Amino acid sequence: MDALTMHRLQFAFTITFHYLFPQLTMGLSLLIVILKTMALRTNNERYNDAARFWAKIFAVNFLLGVVTGIPMEFQFGTDWSQFSRLAGGIIGQPLAMEGVFSFFLESAFLGMFLFGEKRLSRWAHWGAAFLVFLGSWMSGFFIIVTDAWMQHPVAYQRMADGTYQVSSFWGLMMNPWAWLQYAHNECGAVVTGAFVMSAVGALYVLRDQNSAQGRIFLRLGVIAGVIASIVQIFPTGDLHGKYLARNQPVAIAAMEGLFRSTKGAPIVLIGQPNMEQQTIDNPIAVNKVLSFLIYGTTVAEVNGLDAYPKDLWPTTLPLLFYAYHIMAGLGTYFVLVMVVAAFLLWRGKLFAARWVLWPLLLSFPLPYIANIAGWMTAEIGRQPWLVYNLIRTADGYSKQVNAGTTLFTLLGFMGMYAVLSILWILLVYRIIEAGPGAPTEHAAGRA
Amino acid sequence: MATLWYWIVAVMLAAYVVLDGFDLGVGVLLPFVARTEEERQHCIRAIGPVWDGNEVWLLAGGGTLFFAFPQVYASSFSGFYLPLIIVLWLLVLRGISVELRMHFDDSLWRSFFDGVMTLASSLLAIFFGAALANVLRGVPLGPDHSFFLPLWTNWRTGSNPGILDWYTVIGGVIALLALALHGALYLMLKCEGDLQRRARVVAGRLWPTVALVTFLAIPATAWARPDSLQNYYGHPAAFLAPVVVVVSLGMMLAAIRKGAELRAFLSSCVYLVAMLCGAAVGLYPVLLPSTNPLGESLTIANSIVGPHSRSVGLAWWLFGISLAIVYFGVVYWMFRGKVSRYAGTYGH
Ligand code: HDD
Ligand code: HEM
Ligand code: HEM
Repeated sequence: MDALTMHRLQFAFTITFHYLFPQLTMGLSLLIVILKTMALRTNNERYNDAARFWAKIFAVNFLLGVVTGIPMEFQFGTDWSQFSRLAGGIIGQPLAMEGVFSFFLESAFLGMFLFGEKRLSRWAHWGAAFLVFLGSWMSGFFIIVTDAWMQHPVAYQRMADGTYQVSSFWGLMMNPWAWLQYAHNECGAVVTGAFVMSAVGALYVLRDQNSAQGRIFLRLGVIAGVIASIVQIFPTGDLHGKYLARNQPVAIAAMEGLFRSTKGAPIVLIGQPNMEQQTIDNPIAVNKVLSFLIYGTTVAEVNGLDAYPKDLWPTTLPLLFYAYHIMAGLGTYFVLVMVVAAFLLWRGKLFAARWVLWPLLLSFPLPYIANIAGWMTAEIGRQPWLVYNLIRTADGYSKQVNAGTTLFTLLGFMGMYAVLSILWILLVYRIIEAGPGAPTEHAAGRA
Repeated sequence: MATLWYWIVAVMLAAYVVLDGFDLGVGVLLPFVARTEEERQHCIRAIGPVWDGNEVWLLAGGGTLFFAFPQVYASSFSGFYLPLIIVLWLLVLRGISVELRMHFDDSLWRSFFDGVMTLASSLLAIFFGAALANVLRGVPLGPDHSFFLPLWTNWRTGSNPGILDWYTVIGGVIALLALALHGALYLMLKCEGDLQRRARVVAGRLWPTVALVTFLAIPATAWARPDSLQNYYGHPAAFLAPVVVVVSLGMMLAAIRKGAELRAFLSSCVYLVAMLCGAAVGLYPVLLPSTNPLGESLTIANSIVGPHSRSVGLAWWLFGISLAIVYFGVVYWMFRGKVSRYAGTYGH
């Protein structure tokens, strides 16, 4: 394989692994703030127990987020040096801001949140939880601003030496793409947090162990889950798609598998892209829906791939098609499960409804898959551009680092991350088995 | 303004060395100063609440380098590809070993994590020292400002050096010894009893070796890159940096002898900052010197970010760093005093 492919694989692998952790910590940090708020308002110690239990799970995931995030920060230089040279004047800005504003905040207050409960007043401890939440959500924001600029470059200026520089700081921060993407992505993080919380709740209730806590988890998980799952599709996913259709029309045609421009274009629910014949095999499609989703009318013409030269098509089209359909398919499933669960919760029947608790228990890996699939859609859909319409991926990588060296480091990352995954599963499993109310561990060497 | 960014990056990296330096030093010394499980726990607790925040200085400093001097970030990180990725792996291992040992109530797991921590911390110190020495010596930049260095060639500095040569090895050794000493002084400050006594003995033994390599480093640098003396001759005030190095070394020794913990530790901080200042002064205004006559060095002028970013950046940087300093104040204040005193109230 050539050097370009190796660099792409390494970046894709390390960032995908990294993103397993922030999506949970961003989601959980919000849910923990809600638990702490309930504890303050109701004076019910149970909510504090719940917050303490989730803080332990948060801490493990945060640690893994930190150690896998550090390589990301430096891989722009190691693997994408040409890109950093050309666009560093722009993307360096949000990345540096992330370090200065969010990482300091998170690292300072996480220790205080985890180990300061006895020393701080109840309000101050709530404050620490809130600042951890703020730090992690800000961190997500700056990263999304970075990515959004690559998807939809704004507020830049090309200099005589070929580099891109920021022409307006606020223009960069207020990139409409960034805000849409941020809303959709953070909502996705809450979906992950809500499903994980409901799954643990379902486990406890089904086993009839810690079931009082299990009910709290289910209640909060299902309420947050039903809201987030719906908002995930409408309005955030829907708007994101409409914006995408205007600004990256090739990407949306490829995601939908629309090879030929069509009036009243159908939406393909399931099918297999056939690159040789340029059709979708075995399609299950609904007529006119795609036109409606994008333009709000069933008769509008949607440009297919044939409207664009082939060298602008995303390079791994079938994967893009599947990634997008997995995200959207799972999104629909999430709404179904959560609406049913929320209905039963409202009627007071959820805790006895084993036929719903089982799916809730088993579904926790799915939001991870949906989030990763969503990112794959965004990143693969952007190809062959590294910065849309400005820099091609093939012009961005570190040419002087050859394929062999990169394969060596990729294998190294894989080996190390395999070990991390095992430790991660082991630790989280032990925390869940010990259950809430177990004495706080010597938890982490922090104190 | 461009010059200001040079010093901002230098200050952030110096803050990293001073702060995370003692975490690494404690990691290096763990097997030498701590004999029992309880003592090992004390060592880890001494750095536990702060190591993560300390490490953020590396991320924020690296991010700021990327922001202010994208060309330097791009050239150096891809040119030092392999050692840099190894550093990333070591940072992962160090972080994991500090945090996870407490999760396993089992002596075998704990010994394993302790071993990983010592190994990763020692190698990190060596790599950081060697990295700085590489920058001081210079690299063979091509006309497009890129380069790629093998790990070693013939161990000579010349025009075709490897990442490791005799000079950069000296850099690695200095960093290892100086950070170990820094860690020992930190333990002296934060611990009591046997542990403190042993840390002091170790510090006393390390001091002469640090002094020796420090005095070796100055002629070695002048030999490896004669230009580095130009700024000193041009601005004699710059000689303040080496003078402070010598003075702080002296104060450190006196304080170790007397058992003045805080003074010893602070002298070590001053020593590290002065060493780095000396290097930064020698380099200025170059960020990455070229040993190759065909490629020009990367200087402040040819690698600085555009004018708009430069001025907006200053506003948010000042604001953000002031906040960060407040957070650090709060955290260090909360965890002030000897470890054994707060150990009981936290995490149990
Ligand atoms: C729980 C996770 C999750 C779920 C259920 C969905 N999404 Fe999503 N989606 C994401 C998580 C996500 C994400 C991980 O947050 C992405 C990747 C990049 C980004 O900013 O958000 C994303 C990107 C993304 C994009 C942009 C792709 C690009 O930029 O090329 C579109 C058009 C949609 N989504 C649309 C939808 C629709 C119509 C959904 C429902 C049917 C949906 N998403 C469900
Ligand atoms: C700020 C956030 C991100 C930035 C700046 C970013 C940037 C990049 C870059 C530079 C590449 C290499 C060029 C390419 O092959 O497309 C890439 C590829 C990729 N990224 Fe991202 N990425 C971000 C977030 C993510 C996340 C969170 C994920 C997944 C969880 C992800 C998944 C991928 C994948 C799968 C590829 C490979 C695409 C391909 O090779 O076709 N990215 N991204
Ligand atoms: C190329 C892209 C990325 C880079 C360079 C990066 C960098 C980092 C770094 C260095 C850390 C450790 C911070 C610390 O020491 O406290 C971290 C953690 C984190 N990252 Fe990323 N990251 C990337 C992608 C993402 C994405 C796409 C998101 C979410 C949208 C994200 C959200 C977070 C969050 C919330 C944390 C806090 C730690 C945690 O909660 O696990 N990151 N990231």
